[in-house]
Amino acid sequence: MQIELQQIHKSFGNHHVLKGIDLRVDAGTIHGLVGENGAGKSTLMKILTGYLSRSAGRILLDGEEVNTADPATAAALGIGMLYQEPQDFPPLTVLENFIVGRDSHPDNHRGRQQQRLSELSEQVHFQLHGSDSVERLTVGERQQLEFLRLLGRDARLMILDEPTTGISDRQKARLFAALRQIREQGRTILLVSHKLEEIAALCDRVTILRHGLVSGEEDAPFHIPRLLELMFDQPPGSRAQPQQCPSGKLLLALDQVSTAGERTGLNGCSCRIHQGELVGLAGLSGSGQGLFLRLAAALQQPQTGAVSFRGISLSGRDHRSVRRLGGTFLPANRLEEGLIPGFTLTDHFTLAHGCSRSEAREAATQAIARFNIRATPESRVESLSGGNQQRLLLSLIPTSASLVLLENPTRGLDVASAEWVWHYLREQFCSQGALIFSSAELEEILAVANRILVFFDGRVVRDLPIDQVDYQDVVAAMTGG
Amino acid sequence: MRNFKRHLTDTLLILAIALLFTGLLLLVVGASPLEAFGQLLSGSFGSWSRLARVLNVWIPLTLCSLGLLYAFRSGLWNIGVEGQMVLGAIGCTAVLRWGMDTAAPQLMLPVALLAGLLLGSLWALLAGWLKIRGGVHEIFAGLGLNFVAMGLILWLIFGPWKRPGIASMSGTELFPKALWFPTLEGWRVSPFALLLTLAAIALTAWVLNHSRFGLNLKAVGHNPRAVTLYGLSAQRYMLIAILISGALAGLAGGLQVSGIYHRLIPAISSGYGYLGLLVVMLANFKLLPIPFIALFFAALNVGSIQLPMMLKLDSSLSGVIQGACVLSALLVFGVRRLREGRSG
Amino acid sequence: MNDLSLTILLASVLATAAPLIIAALGETLTEKVGVINLSLDGSLLLAAMVGFVAAYESGSFLLGFAAAAAIGAMVAALVGLFGIYLGQLQVAVGFALTLMCKDLAYFLGNPYARLQGPQLLSVKIPLLADIPLFGPMLFQQPLVVYLSLLLIPAIWWYLYRTGRGLELRAVGENPEAAYTRGIDPRRKQLLYTLAGGALVGIAGAAYSLGIKPGWGRPQGIEGIGWIALAIVIFGGWHPFKVALGALLFAFLQVIGISLQGIWPSVPAQVFQVAPFPLMILALLLVNLLQRESLQQGLRKRPGLALLLRRLQGAPPRALGQSFKPD
Repeated sequence: MQIELQQIHKSFGNHHVLKGIDLRVDAGTIHGLVGENGAGKSTLMKILTGYLSRSAGRILLDGEEVNTADPATAAALGIGMLYQEPQDFPPLTVLENFIVGRDSHPDNHRGRQQQRLSELSEQVHFQLHGSDSVERLTVGERQQLEFLRLLGRDARLMILDEPTTGISDRQKARLFAALRQIREQGRTILLVSHKLEEIAALCDRVTILRHGLVSGEEDAPFHIPRLLELMFDQPPGSRAQPQQCPSGKLLLALDQVSTAGERTGLNGCSCRIHQGELVGLAGLSGSGQGLFLRLAAALQQPQTGAVSFRGISLSGRDHRSVRRLGGTFLPANRLEEGLIPGFTLTDHFTLAHGCSRSEAREAATQAIARFNIRATPESRVESLSGGNQQRLLLSLIPTSASLVLLENPTRGLDVASAEWVWHYLREQFCSQGALIFSSAELEEILAVANRILVFFDGRVVRDLPIDQVDYQDVVAAMTGG
Repeated sequence: MRNFKRHLTDTLLILAIALLFTGLLLLVVGASPLEAFGQLLSGSFGSWSRLARVLNVWIPLTLCSLGLLYAFRSGLWNIGVEGQMVLGAIGCTAVLRWGMDTAAPQLMLPVALLAGLLLGSLWALLAGWLKIRGGVHEIFAGLGLNFVAMGLILWLIFGPWKRPGIASMSGTELFPKALWFPTLEGWRVSPFALLLTLAAIALTAWVLNHSRFGLNLKAVGHNPRAVTLYGLSAQRYMLIAILISGALAGLAGGLQVSGIYHRLIPAISSGYGYLGLLVVMLANFKLLPIPFIALFFAALNVGSIQLPMMLKLDSSLSGVIQGACVLSALLVFGVRRLREGRSG
Repeated sequence: MNDLSLTILLASVLATAAPLIIAALGETLTEKVGVINLSLDGSLLLAAMVGFVAAYESGSFLLGFAAAAAIGAMVAALVGLFGIYLGQLQVAVGFALTLMCKDLAYFLGNPYARLQGPQLLSVKIPLLADIPLFGPMLFQQPLVVYLSLLLIPAIWWYLYRTGRGLELRAVGENPEAAYTRGIDPRRKQLLYTLAGGALVGIAGAAYSLGIKPGWGRPQGIEGIGWIALAIVIFGGWHPFKVALGALLFAFLQVIGISLQGIWPSVPAQVFQVAPFPLMILALLLVNLLQRESLQQGLRKRPGLALLLRRLQGAPPRALGQSFKPD
């Protein structure tokens, strides 16, 4: 199926997100769509799949204008999407997940569907069992299931949004093989990703979005620096090498710590962190990094083993003790866990500093100036953009903090914001204490940290000073190598 | 000013919808809506003694609603107010019974109120503990405890505290006059209770809107996960909130015993706990409208008493109007939200 | 206890449980699709009144039950419209409705109080009723009892063996995902909220026309709605376990009545509140069983662990949250 978008516009209130997108994807090709965070990729995809309505523009399928008013219409037209977060029903079985949403399905016979599922799995070499509960699958397997489901309902245009996030290399290889295979069947694939190596390996053609506009189109073979040039206002130069902070006294100690949670739990983790260290936690998402941070913050208790902070055991203590000792935790999902929707900046400073309102307003005003937050002291936090929310959270960290724990601190931030964040954190905290952060981007860790812990399957598999890191070795370790 | 206008239109709209619905209902059962509404009005504000009766309902209803506001701020549905009020009444009765024969009966009154307050808070704490430690949803914990409180009061009235002679639904023996809260000449309202309620309103206004505790409580209600990161214990705040809730309900129960009935009766709470939930919902979980809505609801309750006699209508009409008000408020707020969501 | 009294006991347990089963299964349907209809305690009473009045006026049981089902569905429709489409808190709407329906029932039903009305008689199923012990217990009951027993497998089959039931559960677990697959979650939610409400209505009529016949004040079923709501949690949102919970509560109620004969000095009202502390205990137990520390201990006893896993259930993940498409 050939698809053509003409002059697609989308606004949220006064915010103009898409400013006239033209895009043509030919039948039987894999087409890449890249762009910085906030360039408009997800919005464009949601419009194509009928999840969002467009403000203006036309969508043509095989030269005929269509209206993807809602997901049902889009699906009937043969458009299917593989979301970054699997859109499925965990307590249901694989087979049930496969069936839900099929047209006129009340007559669908389970046996026939099971047969279809098996046929499709075999075709693309996936191994899924109809009776398994989806709850027990890995993210990669859940994605495979979604993929099969789209195949099963004959999606002729398949949109994949960051399909390789959080899946293993083997699963990635299988997925790519399957994608090439279905391209041969004449299906059209639109691949949204920010991993340029993957785009280069897979795509026939790529469209680059920047600030809600198409900034360029390129055909394979791709020249990656050229893509970067089109994606960013200026190519991100090599970041400043992390300076080696002098190592000081022991701050955080974990001894044979195990706990349950996330996908893998954390097993037998031992580690010592000293003043002056900037530690990056690497690994596929949910390999134990989050648990490590939460244990250190005493937001979670270990089942076995011991955690101590500045020589004081955290057993039986909660996060308040850690705060009193100078520890701080910044969660990844800011609005759910870090900030209080409905509260203003001033309210947040009152909460954090336990001071009077006028003092809090003063503190908020200062923070707005110092941290370049685009808001007023009386703005509600949910009206702030992701970057500004993160700046606010950073400004709430007591400047005397000796242990700063950060979960994906630059997620959703553009390059300039991220760089600013790191500059601030390093200047403010690195000499007086330690910073520990998790990140989905290995490059980021290599660029800013001075020590790396690599997690795989709930275990720390590498613990190295950054100058002794062998990139290939770390990548392999992350996927169990 | 624009805000005020908006609130005024909302209020009028809510009233109009509720009265329209009730009016239609009255037509269905063959009664004249005008006559019925007239009776409600004259039955509540028609004379000084009726007004006094309205105030006597207003006092416990307002206290319960204020208490509920604390719980709601922390994100809890303290459906157990009813039972907390009953326990307050029991606590008050216990002290008064014990103090009947002592030398200084007047001293017993404040002690009895305190006992009511204490027992009410303990009962609330139990619901809070079940929620926080036991994972039992507070709606079910509170509700179950309401029924348990009901069983307890019946057992006391028919058992250990039964009147000499025969136990009956009419309650325990009347206390001697010395143990009644003093009222003004010809007024059946205790000025003390009235002042106490006004003080509770003022204090609540300060605590919820101007104190750090109030802000923290609100933060807990808005995002209990995040407050941990600010060094607050969400659970502790929830417990304190429900404790205050129960204390105010217990106080209301104590006042029912010492100021109104002068004995313990099975229906001592008169459903004010449940009604308080409606008051707070109609007030859209804000403090300012609460005293006024409570007054309106109290007037409905008192006004409907004479309905069976005058118009052969069941007195539950007041409850129907109250419910209709809350539902039409939910409708008006909901539609407004929907429209604001679309335009924003 | 001899055979005869055992039969009577079990028969009255089945009869007492019947409306509870119907109401709790209705609520299960509603909650499985992600909506909480908290109004049960009021809507049961309103439906009991409407069912009684309709049957009294028309002389037809069928009309009585139909009217009760309609009113139950109407109350549920309000929960649906306010909660699903206007985005109001479902719990708030449900609670307001609980109180209002109760008053509405007493207000409108006032002229019909204490009238001698129609009452469902026991239907004896030929042959089967002659089986000793179980015959009279199972096969000589009012029709609603048979209905309640048939409903258990029927609801289970619908939920777990049909395509529509699969969609229902999918919406209750993840309405966003259901929406991306072309299902309209809000329509489904409204539909099953209505269906659940209709069953609650039927349960109400089952009281006023069969199990606790007549209409009056108090009706004697106040509080039952709350128990039904608790039973849905207790039964882990699974039809068979929910029914089992209803039977258990009915058994305790029946036992309570006979205990009353043993201690006549204790007022009847005290026995009537007995189910509520039990409800709290049951909910406490359900929760404690999920505790991590307990689960660890259970790992050493896989048999017991399996049994407990079978007994407990997880709520639908989107329960009580309103879905709103962008």
